[in-house]
Amino acid sequence: MSNIQQLIGYIFIILGLGFDIFGCIGLLRLPDVYNRLQATTKCVTLGTCSILFGTFIMKGLGTTGVKAILVAVFLLLTSPVAAHALARGAHKSGVKLWPKSVVDKYEQDGN
Amino acid sequence: MKNLKWLIGFGILAASLLFIMLYPIPSLLNWQSGFLAHCFFVLMLCFAMCFFRVMAGPTPADRAVAIDTLGILIVGFCAILSIPTGRDWYLDIAIAWALQSFIGALALAKYLEGRGFDE
Repeated sequence: MSNIQQLIGYIFIILGLGFDIFGCIGLLRLPDVYNRLQATTKCVTLGTCSILFGTFIMKGLGTTGVKAILVAVFLLLTSPVAAHALARGAHKSGVKLWPKSVVDKYEQDGN
Repeated sequence: MKNLKWLIGFGILAASLLFIMLYPIPSLLNWQSGFLAHCFFVLMLCFAMCFFRVMAGPTPADRAVAIDTLGILIVGFCAILSIPTGRDWYLDIAIAWALQSFIGALALAKYLEGRGFDE
């Protein structure tokens, strides 16, 4: 029982670490603020929520597990809001898009 | 030339990951399993990438994005740290850090828009 719990928790933690490291490679590698924001927000949020879910599985329904689920729900709710606000602020402060980008709908809408 | 740069970067990354995963890390705390210490150092590699983007970002928006990412990574770091030590107040730190990171990201976005903080 406990061994199976630990195994599933380790699998979730390895998955989360993989997502984290790919998100950080995206932050390092992609050419533009908007591309970097897209890569980091999706990958790192999913990876950290996966690590927290693995903690919940390994620790069960104690104080630690319930706090982990609480943090995961809070992170899933607030991280896209913060990313949207950052992208809007970057666009309004005049950061140029990558020269090979195809379309900029936010500019065309007249904002 | 571009392929060579890609290959050098990929080689450095793969070598550091292999070094972290294969190096026998001594027991820093009372680790129940040595595997979590390796996870700890993989997250340190992610922190190093974020700090590079904070230092070398061409625009202020890049730095704001890297700081936001760093906050989310620290939450996962606290969660991993709470498993082998068995102390649940690390997740209290995680809750507080998530709140602080969210409010900080909103303030940075407001600053990037060029408006004042009092609206």
